[in-house]
Amino acid sequence: MASPAVHGLSAELADGQFIGLIGHTGSGKSTFVQLLNGLLRPSSGRILYNSEDVWGQKYDRKKLRAEVGLVFQYPEHQLFEADVLTDVCFGPRNMGLSAEEQKERALAALRQVKLDESCYAMSPFELSGGQKRRAAIAGVLAMQPKVLILDEPTAGLDPRGRDEIYDLISGMHRELGITILLVSHSMDDVAKYMDRILVMNGGVIACDGTPKEVFSRVRELEEMGLAAPQISYIMRHLQEQGIPVRTDALTVEEAAREILRRLPGKRDTAAER
Amino acid sequence: MFREITLGQYYQTDSLLHRLDPRVKVAGVFFYIISLFLIDRFAGYLAAGAFLFAAVALSRVPFRYILNGMRPVLFLLSITVLFNLFLTPGEHVLWRFWRLQLTMEGGRFALKMAFRLIFLITASTLMTLTTTPNQMTDALEKLLRPLRRLHVPVHEIAMMMSIALRFIPILTEELDKIQKAQMARGADFESGGLLARVRAMVPLLVPLFIAAFRRANDLAMAMEARCYRGGEGRTRMKPLRYQRRDGVAYLVLILYFAAAAATRAVPF
Amino acid sequence: MILTKGLIHNYTKKDDEGNTLSVIRALDGVDIEVKAGEFVAILGHNGSGKSTLAKHINALLYPSGGEVWVDGMNTEDAEKLWEIRQRAGMIFQNPDNQIIGQIVEEDVGFGPENLGVPTQEIRERVDESLKAVGMLEYREKSPNRLSGGQKQRVSIAGVIAMHPGCIIMDEPTAMLDPSGRKEVIRAARALNDVERITILLITHYMEEVIYASRVIVMDGGRIAMQGTPREVFSHVEKLKALHLDVPAATELAYILKKNGLALPDGILTKEELAAALKPYFSASGQESEQGEHVNPGREC
Repeated sequence: MASPAVHGLSAELADGQFIGLIGHTGSGKSTFVQLLNGLLRPSSGRILYNSEDVWGQKYDRKKLRAEVGLVFQYPEHQLFEADVLTDVCFGPRNMGLSAEEQKERALAALRQVKLDESCYAMSPFELSGGQKRRAAIAGVLAMQPKVLILDEPTAGLDPRGRDEIYDLISGMHRELGITILLVSHSMDDVAKYMDRILVMNGGVIACDGTPKEVFSRVRELEEMGLAAPQISYIMRHLQEQGIPVRTDALTVEEAAREILRRLPGKRDTAAER
Repeated sequence: MFREITLGQYYQTDSLLHRLDPRVKVAGVFFYIISLFLIDRFAGYLAAGAFLFAAVALSRVPFRYILNGMRPVLFLLSITVLFNLFLTPGEHVLWRFWRLQLTMEGGRFALKMAFRLIFLITASTLMTLTTTPNQMTDALEKLLRPLRRLHVPVHEIAMMMSIALRFIPILTEELDKIQKAQMARGADFESGGLLARVRAMVPLLVPLFIAAFRRANDLAMAMEARCYRGGEGRTRMKPLRYQRRDGVAYLVLILYFAAAAATRAVPF
Repeated sequence: MILTKGLIHNYTKKDDEGNTLSVIRALDGVDIEVKAGEFVAILGHNGSGKSTLAKHINALLYPSGGEVWVDGMNTEDAEKLWEIRQRAGMIFQNPDNQIIGQIVEEDVGFGPENLGVPTQEIRERVDESLKAVGMLEYREKSPNRLSGGQKQRVSIAGVIAMHPGCIIMDEPTAMLDPSGRKEVIRAARALNDVERITILLITHYMEEVIYASRVIVMDGGRIAMQGTPREVFSHVEKLKALHLDVPAATELAYILKKNGLALPDGILTKEELAAALKPYFSASGQESEQGEHVNPGREC
């Protein structure tokens, strides 16, 4: 008997948000994400995009998949064309756009992911790991989605590649104003970049709120096999040791400001880095 | 759509047939199939059926699992039977319609054909249900060992088979993932003519092959790192050793084979 | 245990006629010495040469220049090849691509089978090794049904069953989730503590480095820094310039120091940070208010 991967799940994603989705392996994150762009059909319940039922009779799911772009884990493993530019054109081509429009969109997407122009004519397999990843993300961006879902976009990258991808994504969120849903295992990254966090556990949304709200519930997160960011454990420990600090800092900079602010005899103004 | 492919449908239970040395089972199925094509009289089919029934009973595998093994070949089976039934020329015509005729000879031939196919499929299904893929490759490696004299790389073939068996589920999953990812980029695998569909496979097959090569490369390195250097000088964790029951099984097999061959002399 | 002298490795790219197109120098004069029983972590961003170095120790690659010695054996000595690979086991990044057997125990037996170990002893070694990584109860399972962390532990058992002197782990946790990462690191530390197996761990994760007895930082095919975790993490700026992370406690201490607090160098853990900060707060601590607790957020 197959038990449902997600059940009784309700969530609303508003335009323009930057949302992190966390949950341990097997909590139903991937299923949820695939439901959102119509790759999976819900056994019961409905998915509404702009108030329209995605599985309604006349609904154009191909168009939905262009508007709700989904970048899978290790997206570079799907590259297949002989050169990067043609590969990025694949999405626009499937949308039935003219050759010029395809190229235009592909070039725009490649520039967005900050891939060097010298790479465009290269085979995807000649690129470095981080470049490949960015080329693959461009492949989804070229469809000009209004919502972008990324499943662990930094998996397997080194710290530098990870920072580049996060800078890229938060930059896109700022500049293009698109809604972003990002699946991650790293609490530190989620705390640093997102303005809303969804926590999945056992196929339901167990928690939904700002990073500060979600990470204040460390005990519950730990019961779900998750954790709080490193820094919040440090601050908790300092407090336990009698150092009078608040424990809700989520980044190292914030924590430093808090400690300096509490320092006896120090002025608040000295707290800035 | 790709997930339906399953291989090695082992049914786990403890029975005499499960405990038999896999070599006995592989050899048994081999000779059983030969016997099916050797016999020509209904008495022979009776013997073959009885032998098979006894084996199924000894295996303790629920009957529906064996029927399940029949399902994928049902279509093929009915086509074969129908062809033989209506297209066999003969003297005793029972019924005629347009170019089709139903003859006594055709009926008899179709019936034999049906028995042959059903027995053959049941026997091989029974083997896969009672033998793990691993035991199977071990048995093949041992049984085919004499071919090494002819420079057939028996060990390597067996190793390849067992690696293939391990990686089929992994690559199937990978294909599923690639398909979904390309669908997320607007690829359409369902509509269009034949040419369009074949074309739509390119974005699936290229990444799949690359993935397979990448994995093969990694695996080769991992095997080398663990001192793999072919079959020479290798010992086995689970070596195949014949027990007394295996000897008895071989004896029963020989007796059956002789009996089946003898039925050729029976009038019907 | 492991010794490299001026190790150089070139990746040569050739065209179809065999003409050399380009030469990339992945290792450029690396000298390291690892003693038996050490736990050495190797850091460095992708392309810094750390994976290439790992493959040299297992004789999967041969030096373009310099030498590699494992347990007194030169890796270029063809006669010693199998002995070297048995002494220096290797764990790779992708858990799926290094499991050969279709059943856990058969995979663990693969190495000893290749070494020609007698059947009875293989059984004993397999049981021992699975026990050492806490996977004995999964012995008859198919690897396909295990989690990533469990698969990596099976791979580690497969190496231990060959009775190696050291294990080189090439980013064994890069593809795992946080709980899988913890499982693997716990297993590696236990092997080092209990079985005294030398561990060389290549990783990007700082929390895995803290426990190492020594850290080697690589950049551009050379050793950029080397020392105890405390020594290496005293140089936060240098690490950042190499695009590497530092532990959160270290980074926090670094910022506080820049703001005028006199904290000692090389703080690694929250305990050390608390101890270093206490004097600042205990001297005139009476006037400062108690740390207000965060209001619990709304119900999860």
